[in-house]
Amino acid sequence: MAASRLFRPASRLLSASRPASTLRPAFRAPAAIPSIAQCRGYASASGGKEMTVRDALNEAMAEEMEANDKVFVLGEEVAQYNGAYKVTKGLLDRFGERRVIDSPITESGFAGLTVGAALAGLHPVCEFMTFNFAMQAIDQIINSAAKTHYMSGGIQPCNITFRGPNGFASGVAAQHSQDYTAWYGSIPGLKVVSPWSAEDAKGLMKAAIRDPNPVVVLENELLYGQSFPMSEAALKDDFVIPFGKAKIERQGKDLTIVTLSRCVGQSLVAAEELKKRYGVEAEVINLRSIKPLDVEAIVKSVKKTGHMLCVESGFPSFGVAAEIMALTCEFAFDYLEAPPARVTGAEVPTPYAQKLEEMSFPSEDLIVNYAAKLLRV
Amino acid sequence: MSFRYVSRTLRLRRPFEAARCVNGEVTSKAGRCGHGAWQTVGRRGIASTANAERVLFPGALNSQFTNDMQFIRPQSLDAIPTYRVMDQNGRVLDKEVGVETEDGLAVELYQNMVCLSIMDLLMFEAQRQGRLSFYMVSAGEEGIAIGSASALHPTDVIFCQYRESGVYLQRGFKLSQFMNQLFANRKDGGLGRNMPVHYGSKELNIQTISSTLATQIPHAAGAAYALKLQNIQNPEQEPRVAVCFFGEGAASEGDFHAALNIAATRQVPCIFICRNNGYAISTPTSDQYRGDGIASRGAGYGISTLRVDGNDIFAVRRATNEARRLALEDGGKPVLIEMMAYRVGHHSTSDDSFAYRQKVEVEDWKRRDNPITRLRKWLEGRQLWDDVKEKELRSAKRKDVLKAFEEAEKEMKPGLRNAFEGVWEDLTQEQRMHAKELKEILEAYPAEYEVGPYEGGVGDLDALLEEKKR
Repeated sequence: MAASRLFRPASRLLSASRPASTLRPAFRAPAAIPSIAQCRGYASASGGKEMTVRDALNEAMAEEMEANDKVFVLGEEVAQYNGAYKVTKGLLDRFGERRVIDSPITESGFAGLTVGAALAGLHPVCEFMTFNFAMQAIDQIINSAAKTHYMSGGIQPCNITFRGPNGFASGVAAQHSQDYTAWYGSIPGLKVVSPWSAEDAKGLMKAAIRDPNPVVVLENELLYGQSFPMSEAALKDDFVIPFGKAKIERQGKDLTIVTLSRCVGQSLVAAEELKKRYGVEAEVINLRSIKPLDVEAIVKSVKKTGHMLCVESGFPSFGVAAEIMALTCEFAFDYLEAPPARVTGAEVPTPYAQKLEEMSFPSEDLIVNYAAKLLRV
Repeated sequence: MSFRYVSRTLRLRRPFEAARCVNGEVTSKAGRCGHGAWQTVGRRGIASTANAERVLFPGALNSQFTNDMQFIRPQSLDAIPTYRVMDQNGRVLDKEVGVETEDGLAVELYQNMVCLSIMDLLMFEAQRQGRLSFYMVSAGEEGIAIGSASALHPTDVIFCQYRESGVYLQRGFKLSQFMNQLFANRKDGGLGRNMPVHYGSKELNIQTISSTLATQIPHAAGAAYALKLQNIQNPEQEPRVAVCFFGEGAASEGDFHAALNIAATRQVPCIFICRNNGYAISTPTSDQYRGDGIASRGAGYGISTLRVDGNDIFAVRRATNEARRLALEDGGKPVLIEMMAYRVGHHSTSDDSFAYRQKVEVEDWKRRDNPITRLRKWLEGRQLWDDVKEKELRSAKRKDVLKAFEEAEKEMKPGLRNAFEGVWEDLTQEQRMHAKELKEILEAYPAEYEVGPYEGGVGDLDALLEEKKR
């Protein structure tokens, strides 16, 4: 624990919002990152240890709670039941019921309560059983958490983390399968991250808790049980991933696939398939952070490949992919050799029937087909 | 003049009118400013006189002044009593009042409760075998659903949460209809778009169940408002009420409070029935609320409220019957009934409740009290029931359920056209292309695609494509 206290100031520096010039466009990634963070933030996959996304999130929360007694977790079934998806497993035993708190089924109530706690100086982690249920509390997230710092003239920060599974989850029909990335991504005042791997999950969750702003962490239920290798650096308790920095998960020269959350894994599989079938090298960019968004990484990659395909699981209209295509056209139009394309969720209320449900979300095959069509191979 | 300006001036005006009215200076306007309590206080300038005994603030009428500061301490108040007609052994407590339910009906209610519990048992097993994707049982709460549904008029509109299969059964939803929905076959009214147990029936006036918690409570208040207007417009028709079921966990959502408040202020004929079964998935009531159950909230909203023993089907029936009478009195008003029970089963097939409660606790409850055994004791006391009948009933119902189950499992799946319908009124050009392409693929590779189980096979797509635009 001594180490974490020692490194704390540096990591805080890296996750804190820094004063920016008034003319900085909203989409630009944050300015220079301290060198200590750079060498720490980007881990190579050399470590031998594997970890599930669930355990990574759990570890991130546990470490932050250990390091800072202002951090506490509140949500439905997070304590006694160890979390509906077992993400908060063991936290009650370790930190006691003062800091791991079960809530009545009142999303608007407990979201409001945690916002209030944040306004009073604590650093709450507010768990929604899924982000579909956060619709009950949307006013607290958008109008209270996201706005208070600005509207108080900067005197009242709101250091809160909203987290929970988001998007596609097998077999729960239309009202419980929605992807809210575009919703939260469109709100000034919120930071939004969407981890894919265990490293993402740990680094982004820790950064979210440390960040003095309200941060929405959009996890995915189907990723919780997936294991990923963890690097040496990621296993340490001072590991954080800076917001606004995408990660290139696979290098390529022919096609840029911009993607996030669960679709990163699908895109990587599709990229291998593209190589096997067509000898095409696709570059896969894991956005990690939705707001701020790393436009620079996308532009850089498109300059190299000349083709852009965005893969996400939200509805197509006014979605994340729409935004990324628009940004690509705004900033890299002259480098594009073909119109950018997108693979998204289908624009229907998600069916319950298994086969139709499968067809409502991006699949690896679909990504391969769209990429081939885009590249005319 | 901007809209904003208009709305602001309107808002300012109201309190002035009210104030004038309270002081009784403008008597001609007195009729305009109030219902209920407003009209009962017609005295002149009480609040302003030096020796007035009661407050006349607009927000608290008829409140007596006191110089004795006493906080209301709910902990020190007696808990709201629980109404019951018979005790745990099926003995009627007040012999003079007795039981108005006729013997024949009592036997029918018993048979329905047993049928429901057998269906639950078999479907839970079927889910465990992988033949169903999801199920929710009503164990311990059969009396609430079946008892209350039996006391309502068939035209009353019902909004359920998800543990009220008994309401459907009692209203005449057939076993085959339950099974068709569970299997999402071609006869499923919901066309397979919903999870299992999300039944709905227009004929039976029960709204389709929605997974989203507590959203049905404001809907019920709104439906009751519509019914209130309809009751006024069609006085010769049997007046109707809206009925809303929800659990004690759902009553923590903001929707519950909003619904009860607006139902009270609009005075709508709505019966709110809370099934307080002790657990909201894993959250026990001690973590859910600190007041005296849900019933204690009714008074706060100015709503007539009763707490009932949910294991006593006669009490449930009498309470619902009386609630319906109250709800239709004076043009309509809401009523709240809190029905107490214990959730014997797991929350759903996705839950293992022994992670958060002791198995022995459940076994204790099963032994101690149960709506089915209590009614059986009453029936046996009147020589209406015995072991032979019980055995016959159970084996017959088991057979009925299994027959419906097997038929539904074998039934064809909904036609392929359903994959394209339900979002747009007419097919869009893109959908038309998709349907054509699908048809061509299915016809080109018949060995690859098994379309046999789907109603109408490939021909169903032809029918869709030939259909003219409406």
